[in-house]
Amino acid sequence: MIDFSILTKYSDFYMKGLGNVIEACLIAMAGSFVLGTIIAVFRIAPMRWLNAIGALYVEVIRNIPLLMVVYGFYLLPPVFGMSAVDGFKSGTLGLIVYTASYIAEAVRAGILAVPKGQTEAARASGLTYIQTMRYIVLPQAIRIVIPPIGNQFLNIVKNSAILGVIAGFDLMYYADKISSDTFQYFSPYLFVALLYLVLTIPISFGVKYLERKFSKAR
Amino acid sequence: MDFAGAFAWDNVVFILKGLLVTLEVALISIVLSFVIGCILAIVQYAKIPVLSHIVATWVEIIRNLPLLLLIMFTYIALPDIGIKLDPFVSTVVALTVFESAMLAEIVRGGLRSIEKGQIEAARSSGLTYVQTLWHIVLPQALRSMVPPTVSQFISLLKDTSLATAIALPELVHNMSIVKSQNVNYTLPAFLLATMLYLIVNFALSIVSRRLELRRA
Repeated sequence: MIDFSILTKYSDFYMKGLGNVIEACLIAMAGSFVLGTIIAVFRIAPMRWLNAIGALYVEVIRNIPLLMVVYGFYLLPPVFGMSAVDGFKSGTLGLIVYTASYIAEAVRAGILAVPKGQTEAARASGLTYIQTMRYIVLPQAIRIVIPPIGNQFLNIVKNSAILGVIAGFDLMYYADKISSDTFQYFSPYLFVALLYLVLTIPISFGVKYLERKFSKAR
Repeated sequence: MDFAGAFAWDNVVFILKGLLVTLEVALISIVLSFVIGCILAIVQYAKIPVLSHIVATWVEIIRNLPLLLLIMFTYIALPDIGIKLDPFVSTVVALTVFESAMLAEIVRGGLRSIEKGQIEAARSSGLTYVQTLWHIVLPQALRSMVPPTVSQFISLLKDTSLATAIALPELVHNMSIVKSQNVNYTLPAFLLATMLYLIVNFALSIVSRRLELRRA
């Protein structure tokens, strides 16, 4: 039932796929963290129009499927006369934009958890709003938001499988390739599942560890 | 861009039919997932030797796999071992397997939030373990689980879009067909599908917020 010869015969496909998954995920983690933090700051900044932009972004992106966000990068640029974006890039961009909306909510909750008195004290001692954020609020908020952000990073790894739908050269793409080469489906996909678990289980345990550690600290 | 052409009656009806399939799959899956998720959580909560560990491992494995992989696996890998399912059933099966594991974690959180004292009080007033679960723990836990379950339903509804990979005629799949008729239909079809997702999910989030307010 399980054909282990596929694993050795197509090891370079699996390695290539795994490499691309890791690359897409690392880019998406960094990108969505930066974008998500910016959106979170937008949502709580003392400027109405920035709040509105932040809220609109989060509400819209969180309520449409990741696949639609990815398709937005994959299908729409040619419509507006721009050059087409390949599967890997549009998939990674989609992951960034999609995950940023979830990270923004986590970061916002973290920022709001820092007592208001601290912001007021910092502002009263002459720090600008940006300095207050940078030196007082964000360093404390980060501790609170690390576990939920870890969860979002885990989601990035799982969601990255979507690259397979748009020929993004990830594990799902190569699984399909190996299947059409060998006319076997069970084993190629089973090995892909194991490779995903190798990536996700350590992150999952890491997140649980951090959750326990930070809940004890408080 | 050709909005008039893309939004011809037949195209709009076709896309709406896709939405109907999306809702159908999502509804069936959430009901099945909820029931199975509760069972998985109770088995874990009851600390039955061996079985609880098996369930916990199963939940952990499923939660850490991409849903797209589960959908592909159910549809194209299971026939290799003699299980053939059509796209609709495959999607429901894959979504149920995935979401029941997600919901099991939510239910488990709900069960654990019930104070030990209540269980001890129920047991010492003569209720059996099963009675305590059924009359004391579950009713309270279920109430605290409604809002997270609704938000899980929203994510399930979004996740049905992945079934486009196995050609289930749902919203994204039907949008793709309309779009492929004509290059000028791409943007209108894309926008219509996006709007439909937004409308349905906004309505659901409003429901979820109402439920949360009622609890508070």
